[in-house]
Amino acid sequence: MTYQFDFSSLWAYWPEFLQGAWLTLQLSAVSTVLGFVLGTLCAIGRSDGPRWVRFLVASYVEIIRNTPLLVQVFIVYFGIATLGIRVSANMAAVIALVVNVAAYTCEIVRAGLESVHKSQLEAADCLGLSRPQIYWHVIIRPAIERVYPALTSQYVLLMLASSITSQISAEELTAVANRIQSDTFRSFETYIVVGLIYLALSFVVRIALGLFGLVVFVRRRKLGTAL
Amino acid sequence: MPSFSLIHLQFLGWAALWTLGLSAIAFIGGGLVGFTVALMRISSNRVLRYAAIGYIQIVQGTPLLILLFLIYFGIAIVGFQEVPALFAAGLGLTIYASGFLAEIWRGCLQSVPKTQWEAAECLALTPWQRMTRVILPQAMRIATPPTVGFLVQIVKNTSLASVVGFVELAQAGKLINNSIFEPFTVFMVVAAIYFAICFPLSTWSRRLERKLNVGRG
Repeated sequence: MTYQFDFSSLWAYWPEFLQGAWLTLQLSAVSTVLGFVLGTLCAIGRSDGPRWVRFLVASYVEIIRNTPLLVQVFIVYFGIATLGIRVSANMAAVIALVVNVAAYTCEIVRAGLESVHKSQLEAADCLGLSRPQIYWHVIIRPAIERVYPALTSQYVLLMLASSITSQISAEELTAVANRIQSDTFRSFETYIVVGLIYLALSFVVRIALGLFGLVVFVRRRKLGTAL
Repeated sequence: MPSFSLIHLQFLGWAALWTLGLSAIAFIGGGLVGFTVALMRISSNRVLRYAAIGYIQIVQGTPLLILLFLIYFGIAIVGFQEVPALFAAGLGLTIYASGFLAEIWRGCLQSVPKTQWEAAECLALTPWQRMTRVILPQAMRIATPPTVGFLVQIVKNTSLASVVGFVELAQAGKLINNSIFEPFTVFMVVAAIYFAICFPLSTWSRRLERKLNVGRG
């Protein structure tokens, strides 16, 4: 093999790599928060809503989980444009990612909701808690706490999947990398660097979500179980 | 301007076959590599174990898109200039699938009760006999539903193979859209075809999960 690795020409681009990583983090953070809210609402609708809501949510979840994110991104990006609304690539990316991750969140949270034991509800009833109190303290919070590790993995996957939005030229790490490699002609090296950045990001995101879980679920103040 | 017609649908149909073919390559290749990595991951040899952990972490911690780019440019560097896109896409998806299948199957192997491993050892079975006669038959039962479920991920992720120049379903949709610009129709049809492939798989996976869980306990 005669290939000479040359990372030196990439040095000049470190602010752009950093900027790309930051954009990826922003994109996935926004999508995570919105996706969590939408997904949790869907989960509640699917397990407790009227029949037509259940059917609607179930269809939404099945459609999203059985089609590729790339195609969803295309449909959102071009679909909105066909409706005559001008929307930036970044906006389309966020919409597509939220719609996508909410379906997975819905399934995860629903599993949590279903794992709440009947005796817990009866106990809460006996203690004289009101319906909203029961819903919040006995059903939703413990459910989310129980499935929090699964949610964490899902959001790390979301961060990695956000690279797909580079295909509609949303500005994030992979799009930045595509630009840098066509500037420097150092494609292999560029993607090695970017791969390492993604590895670091997934590590950081995992730790951050773990710490967040520690803060939110006070009862779990044991580092070992949350991380 | 021409509109979406039967010819386009036919083209998408052919592309869907390539998607299936690429999925099959990824699953078979990924299965072979993944099983090896899963065995390494539970081996008593520390070097093998850490190598497997490192491999899984790297594959699961980088986006598939980046893996595909790396392979595409990496192949050129090693000295093969004219490698067919099928090879690059197949290799990339194999590596991707192996990283995830290794972790799924490791879980299944380890969920076979420890007493079974010990009993096999007490009966003086060789490691090979222990694996093929005692552990695998039980692990495979546990592994089937998540493996079928992961097939859905593989099929969906072949859509990224277009970045190494492979024309599969998603790329075919893009090509058609470039010529007639009816993005909504085209990508809806593309999505419907993916759904038609994936939905039976996920339904099957769910059914297996119910069926195979009944016997255990």
